[in-house]
Amino acid sequence: MATNPNPKPATASANGKPFLQIKRIVKKFDDVFAVDEVTLDIQQGEIFALLGSSGCGKSTLLRMLAGFEAPTSGQILLAGQDIVGLAPYQRPINMMFQSYALFPHLTVWDNIAFGLHRDGMPKDEIATRVGQMLDLVQLKAYAKRKPHQLSGGQQQRVALARSLAKRPKLLLLDEPLGALDAKLRERTQLELVGIIEQVGVTCVMVTHDQEEAMTMATRIGVMSEGKILQIGKPDEIYETPNCRFVADFIGSVNLFKGVVEVDEADHVVIASPECRHYVSHGITGTEGMEAHVAVRPEKIAIQTEPPADAERDSLAEVGFNMAQGEIKDLAYLGSLTTYHVRLDSGMVVKVTHTNAARRDSTNLTWGDRVYVWWCGSDVVVLTQ
Amino acid sequence: MATATHSLHDKLTGAWGRTLVISVPMVFLLIVFLLPFLVVFKISLSEMDVVFFKDVLVWKDDVIAITLRFGNYIGLTQDSLYLETYLSSIKFAGLTTAICLLIAYPFAYFMARSPADMRPALLMLVMLPFWTSFLLRVYAWKMLLTDSGVFNNIAMALGLISEPIKMMNTPFSLVLGMVYTYVPFMILPLYANLVKMDLRLLEAALDLGATPWQAFWRVTVPLSKSGIIAGSMLVFIPCVGEFVIPELLGGPQTLMIGRVLWDEFFSNNDWPMAATVAVVMVLLIIVPLALFNKYQAESTAGGRA
Repeated sequence: MATNPNPKPATASANGKPFLQIKRIVKKFDDVFAVDEVTLDIQQGEIFALLGSSGCGKSTLLRMLAGFEAPTSGQILLAGQDIVGLAPYQRPINMMFQSYALFPHLTVWDNIAFGLHRDGMPKDEIATRVGQMLDLVQLKAYAKRKPHQLSGGQQQRVALARSLAKRPKLLLLDEPLGALDAKLRERTQLELVGIIEQVGVTCVMVTHDQEEAMTMATRIGVMSEGKILQIGKPDEIYETPNCRFVADFIGSVNLFKGVVEVDEADHVVIASPECRHYVSHGITGTEGMEAHVAVRPEKIAIQTEPPADAERDSLAEVGFNMAQGEIKDLAYLGSLTTYHVRLDSGMVVKVTHTNAARRDSTNLTWGDRVYVWWCGSDVVVLTQ
Repeated sequence: MATATHSLHDKLTGAWGRTLVISVPMVFLLIVFLLPFLVVFKISLSEMDVVFFKDVLVWKDDVIAITLRFGNYIGLTQDSLYLETYLSSIKFAGLTTAICLLIAYPFAYFMARSPADMRPALLMLVMLPFWTSFLLRVYAWKMLLTDSGVFNNIAMALGLISEPIKMMNTPFSLVLGMVYTYVPFMILPLYANLVKMDLRLLEAALDLGATPWQAFWRVTVPLSKSGIIAGSMLVFIPCVGEFVIPELLGGPQTLMIGRVLWDEFFSNNDWPMAATVAVVMVLLIIVPLALFNKYQAESTAGGRA
């Protein structure tokens, strides 16, 4: 999982108020809530990603920011000003559209200059600004081309230049890299972040691709069925999901269903059919309540021998957080190997093992009987 | 046998097949348009012989005599009637095209932006007039427009006017009739063009600060250029040579080339002169259009504008 190599801390704007405030925004399409009471604060200079599967309401939320949809109720404040009543062409917000929506009848130069002409900017200033934008996206040599004469990656850069040309207060990105192939996408993600940070524009992006969100965004809001379930930095969302949906949506996860047996301030014990879980942090819950223990596949160790007591984080964990099973399936993916282990309880656990050494001594294969175990500090207890 | 079928299949689906498919309409046009046009061209270069024209090619006493008479072409430039008629035809056709465009564009736009399930019905309404005879529909205008016609009678009964307004046999009635007849030919290509437009481009224009009106002029209109051109050609070209509508609705002020052609052929019985008028008309229309098309093809080479 790639994470932002240089996460920029969210800085509060001068007056201490968030730059973009979305307050209890609701959008109903014929009795269906596309966006259901979303409240969200975004700081100046942030790249905020709305992440969710299709139909979760993230695009509707973005279109309300752009002004293409009117909210059923709620407020959107940009730098303290309510923009809900403004038409799209009155908002200091520009959008980079999904698959770009470049004007096919205009050259690259004219596409970028389009918004500047609408503002009635003097001709020589337009020329200077368009020149700057072409430099920024390194397309100076392509100014006279029409969009159809450019590659997908070049079109994407023209779209970015066009949406930045007016120096918007807020930049919206709708699936910014969705139209590019996988290889190009990886390179473009960081390039795009580089340009956005260079310009220093506050940015809200919408994506269904968690890797894209985690690479580019300073914070992520995970959406489902019109609601934002969790907001946090990429690592927070991944390591401490607050509900089963988020845990399952971001990366993959093994969920053990169990009952809280011991509930202490510094640790809890949860009993599930697979094993007893020793969790080395407290939870908000009571003894006897149902809970899910979430363990990421890369946090699980797999080996043929039981772990030595000394290997455990704390001796209190001995006898906990371990199960036996049989390798049902394995997939060698080069950098890592994924094992599917059928535990004696019948549950299938996914384990990933990083192939750090060229020849791995473990040398596990189909049908092997193995121990899987993990540390009590590496799990998350989900009660929702 | 199997290999023979195989190679035939290859030929049909490859370059050969393409040539074959294109050549069918080409051959058809060659036979029904180009050959007759050459015949007309030949007649235009021949001489009248009291009641009939002489052949350009004469085989007599082992000699092939080719007599090319350019007198008709020279005559065309000397009699101002012809020039005036050409100009007037182009004027009325141009006016008709412009009015058709003004009426058809909003109509086609409305049709293309209406809910998808309503469009077939609207399309049907555009084509409905074709179900009755064209002649009948033009003739009906006569009934409406004459001095004692429906419009004048109603206006007089309401006391709006004291005596009938002369509408029939004026440029007004001619252009009205041509607009009425040809407006569907403008609507259909415009509709076909507008309906496939990517509406996100309009959102992009609004997003970049264009008002809806600016977005229309800067994005919708330029992108529908090919529809405008196709519709304009479909209206302008037949209008220039239109005969029936000027004959039924036109008058002394509405000189049209179709009328002159008719007179030369059937009143004066001067086939070479008539042929000359026809050839020049075709050239007058085709040459500018061909140049225009060439320019268009160059400026949008490979494009989808």
